[in-house]
Amino acid sequence: MTKFIGFQSDSRIRKTELLPWIFAVVVFFVLPEYLSLGAQILTFILFALSLDLITGYAGVVTLGHAAFFGVGAYTCGILSAKLGITDPILLIICSAIACALLGFFTGLVILRTQKLTQLMLTLAIAALCYEVANKATLITGGADGLTGVIIGPVLGLFKFDFLNKTAYLWCLVILFIFWVVIRRIIYSPFGITLAGIKENKQRMQAIGVPVMSYLLKAYTLAAMVAGIAGALITQTNQFVGLNVIGFEPSGEILVMLILGGVGRMYGAFVGPFLFLIAQDYLAKKFPEYWNLGIGLMLLMVVLYAKGGILGLFDKLFAKSEEPK
Amino acid sequence: MMDEFLSSIISVLFYGVAYGMVLYVISVGLSITMGMMGVANLAHGVFAMSGGYILVTALAKFHIPFPLALALAFFIVAFASVFLDRLLYKHIYGSPELEQVLFSIALIFIAIAIARIVFGTLQQPVLLPDYLKDQFTFLGRDFPAYRVFIIIFSSLLIGVLWFGVENTKWGAMVRATVDHREMAQSIGINTKLLFSVTFAVGSGLAGLGGALGAEIIAIQPTYPLEQLVFFLIVVSVGGLGSLKGPFIAALLIGVLDTACKYWLPEFGAFFIYIVTIGILLWRPMGLLGKRA
Repeated sequence: MTKFIGFQSDSRIRKTELLPWIFAVVVFFVLPEYLSLGAQILTFILFALSLDLITGYAGVVTLGHAAFFGVGAYTCGILSAKLGITDPILLIICSAIACALLGFFTGLVILRTQKLTQLMLTLAIAALCYEVANKATLITGGADGLTGVIIGPVLGLFKFDFLNKTAYLWCLVILFIFWVVIRRIIYSPFGITLAGIKENKQRMQAIGVPVMSYLLKAYTLAAMVAGIAGALITQTNQFVGLNVIGFEPSGEILVMLILGGVGRMYGAFVGPFLFLIAQDYLAKKFPEYWNLGIGLMLLMVVLYAKGGILGLFDKLFAKSEEPK
Repeated sequence: MMDEFLSSIISVLFYGVAYGMVLYVISVGLSITMGMMGVANLAHGVFAMSGGYILVTALAKFHIPFPLALALAFFIVAFASVFLDRLLYKHIYGSPELEQVLFSIALIFIAIAIARIVFGTLQQPVLLPDYLKDQFTFLGRDFPAYRVFIIIFSSLLIGVLWFGVENTKWGAMVRATVDHREMAQSIGINTKLLFSVTFAVGSGLAGLGGALGAEIIAIQPTYPLEQLVFFLIVVSVGGLGSLKGPFIAALLIGVLDTACKYWLPEFGAFFIYIVTIGILLWRPMGLLGKRA
């Protein structure tokens, strides 16, 4: 059996859980030339974390999670470029509200269905969002992307600079806040109920859990967090392109999460981290072999290492701890 | 004015039906195999793309006649799919949905990479034989012979397929297995073997459809990813495990897509998705689906 991070286990923060944060702070001081990539990684970790909540913990497989990431990104971009709202906190709040609403209403529809129909609906909604972003060129910039995004200083104090120092720290702070929130949720009775729904929906229904309402809450929350991640990517890049929305980023974030390890919270940290670094180095040099490598790795993970990279570590440590 | 409108309706219907036929030939195998084994195989487009590449290569490199190239596309893809089934797919029957989805996404990535390495990123030109390049005149209107051929050929093919599924013993076993796999197994149907054969036929048909529609759906490495939405729409709107549901869905999508491109190009595929979402809300199991 896999070890559950959840209600049953000790909810105090373990020392190892501080490692990513220490690492992130060290990177800020030691590798200043990588802060742009670093900010991207932090954003995608937040995005993957939101997907882990709904797919890993609640068991809803979605091919359209980037709909929320993209709508968050576009909400932030359009409000800034077209309406002149530049306060980063206000922009994040607006994106969060927009995506929570979208998540709530699409969730009402999607969660009623199951299996292929559910997959198809998530995919269709993401494709719909992509089509709107692509065709409503007056508002979204279409295929050319949305330019003219201006982001003011955080709290009126910290300007977004060319070295991406502010962007990196800003992403880190937001990620930290939502890590605390999501961690709290996962260790709560609500979180363990979600895990129960994932394991056996009918039984949870039978013992009196309002399954639909739980799933809807989780879906709305995941949509909101994905939207916040989208807003962060806009604030970091000061640009929104079509690559944040639709099926392809949805598939990509699923791949990142699965490579890291699904349903274990830190898989959402490890997956995007390794994926984006590898992509930064390899994808531009060997685009065809990059796809091949990702495909093969994914195949290996699905067939042989279902817990992803973190699952492999668990196995290694479990073996070394066994008495000989 | 009226005549112009009528003529545009006729051409939209004509092009739409040709496109729908291709979509159906590609997707029908997916509907049956998903209905039988419950495998969410998103990589079905890979078979269609392979069929397209086989046809294009056979025509351009080996100067094989067009009908023979079509047959090759069917048989090579069907044959290859048996290996793929025995080698890889067998690991994911009965796996959780997430694993099936990721498994098939992995296959898509690998196929895209291989296609790119072998054929490059450019769209492959299709060297149609001269007799398919003509215009076909009917009731004073011109119709491209290639699309007329697609419609007639697919209709015959679909007729044979439906006859096979409705009236042969193999068809009866397939229907029994789609309806209730455990029951079919327990009355002595070798569902595994049956599934392998059906999977091969379905994949072969996808290859054939990809080859047949190579002029309509451009053969390029991103094919499985870009067309995935359409194949899945056809299957989920039509209904899993159904033979006729996807046919209605494919024609609907084909005509709707052509009509949107003709009259409302500024909306792209917007209405397709709206209609899909609407139909799935109205009938979550699809038009004629047996299960979700």
